Amino acid sequence: MTTKIVVVSAGLSVPSSTKLLADKLGEAVERAVGARGQEVEVQHVELRPLAHALADHLLTGFATGELAQSIDAVRHADGLVVVTPVFSASYSGLFKTFFDVLDNGMLDGVPVVIAATAGTARHSLVLDHALRPLFAYLRAVVVPTGVFAASEDFGAATGGTDDGALDKRVERAAGELAALLGAGSATAPAARRRSVAAGFAAPTPFEQLLREAGGSSVR
Amino acid sequence: MQIGIFTVGDVTTDPTTGQTPSEHERIKATVAIAKKAEEIGLDVFATGEHHNPPFIASNPTATLAYIGAQTENIILSTATTLITTTDPVLIAEDYAKLQHLTDGRVDLMMGRGNTGPVYPWFGKDIRQGINLAIENYALLRRLWTEANVDWEGRFRTPLQGYTSTPRPLDGVAPFVWHGSIRSPEIAEQAAYYGDGFFHNHIFWPASHTEQMVRLYRERFEHYGHGTAEQAIVGLGGQFFMRKNSQDAVREFRPYFDNAPVYGHGPSLEDFTEHTPLTVGSPQQVLERTLSFREYAGHYQRQLFLVDHAGLPLKTVLEQLDLLGEILPAMRAGFAEGRPDTVPDAPTHASLVAAAGGAQDVSVHAEDTMTGTTDRAEETEEVQA
Repeated sequence: MTTKIVVVSAGLSVPSSTKLLADKLGEAVERAVGARGQEVEVQHVELRPLAHALADHLLTGFATGELAQSIDAVRHADGLVVVTPVFSASYSGLFKTFFDVLDNGMLDGVPVVIAATAGTARHSLVLDHALRPLFAYLRAVVVPTGVFAASEDFGAATGGTDDGALDKRVERAAGELAALLGAGSATAPAARRRSVAAGFAAPTPFEQLLREAGGSSVR
Repeated sequence: MQIGIFTVGDVTTDPTTGQTPSEHERIKATVAIAKKAEEIGLDVFATGEHHNPPFIASNPTATLAYIGAQTENIILSTATTLITTTDPVLIAEDYAKLQHLTDGRVDLMMGRGNTGPVYPWFGKDIRQGINLAIENYALLRRLWTEANVDWEGRFRTPLQGYTSTPRPLDGVAPFVWHGSIRSPEIAEQAAYYGDGFFHNHIFWPASHTEQMVRLYRERFEHYGHGTAEQAIVGLGGQFFMRKNSQDAVREFRPYFDNAPVYGHGPSLEDFTEHTPLTVGSPQQVLERTLSFREYAGHYQRQLFLVDHAGLPLKTVLEQLDLLGEILPAMRAGFAEGRPDTVPDAPTHASLVAAAGGAQDVSVHAEDTMTGTTDRAEETEEVQA
């Protein structure tokens, strides 16, 4: 079965260093999963073109068009890579909005690589102070290595043995994600909360709902 | 087919004039709208229930009784009754009383409510919303069908030997609909009891409605109340019409753009594409409304929202006049291709007939002042 990876990136400018990092991570994950003999498919979801649809979703409570398709892609993803620019000491509002509108439980047990970009390395703790708690709340499984890229990283030498080089960190995060995907247990469906779709596919019989309501009102 | 209107009772500033009606004006306008609904030949007027500003929709039974006193035929309903936070004992009493006052022109739509703080205001926990809806409704049914109720549950104080008064008119409880956007448990609940299911429909894409209605129909059949196509379905709808469709769009746009629910979000064009909202000519409203059957099947009740977002009373009454003009065509359209096996929505008359006729189920308690009692006599008869 093909392993589906979705790369969500929230860069705003064109070209965007956030998209650049997202591409690097996408390719690295594709190689790392492929190296384990698994078929892999990487899909990119860029949030910039979805900005208006996301604002509409906040107000109307439902997704339309491309946003609905993107949410669907995330729903069916085996693993995620998420990349945000740093805005005011955190992920951007656009990035957060996308994860705000997902149904409860959609990311339960899903392996995730977190990544961020900024003008300076002084923002690097955003990964551990903002993104990691967010995805812990969403009950995703965040890989140990987060990837932060400051502007200067894009000009740094890649080769050699420098373990802190951007490419090294990208490879390490991708490898960790591939290992989790191979393990399988972390994404066992049983670990996920019951989705809305599941509730419709197999409704809970009413006698059970009555029992669960907890009273002796049943006759 | 029942066709009517439902209101949420919002007090909203008219964005074109900056004027906000007073609560008094809005309450009186609601009565005027309901009377107009009867005048143009609609079947149902339904009011929502809210316990916070900017709404005037608290105490729906007072509103409905007052309207009932000034109308003859229209069915008075709720949209919705908060089954989660309202004591089912009060609902049982209030709506049985309303049945008597209006000679049975009453039904109810149950809903859980979407205003978070209402739960704690009434001492409830929103996380128990589904469980509250299930337990409270189970009790409500018993209070209407059984004259003497012993009950113990999780969410309210127990009852021993409790009789809800007055007893339902003619011994028949009001028909009940259950409303929900996308909680399968509520479709399941409606199906289990063979009650009606109403989908608000108006703020949501057709996919939500289709999914809920399909589940309800399947489970209605599963629980043995009839075939899936015989399930009792109601839908919301929303329109703004003028003879000329461009005039409708031009006039409604500021109300749409500033509306409390979806305002400042999607464009009017996007929203009309994705939801049942129709802004255009009477013919467009007619065609759109009749197309709801494509995903909901033949259904029993169509309610329109006509009086929200700050639309002035005068405009709302004009909208109802226009609805009245297309009403015969709408009824004819709904009748077209409708199998004979698809039933109408139950009414008090049909429920009484199904129960084998009206019964006086009044409960007479012993009079401790005079020592007389009707009950003693009945008991002797039973023993003899």
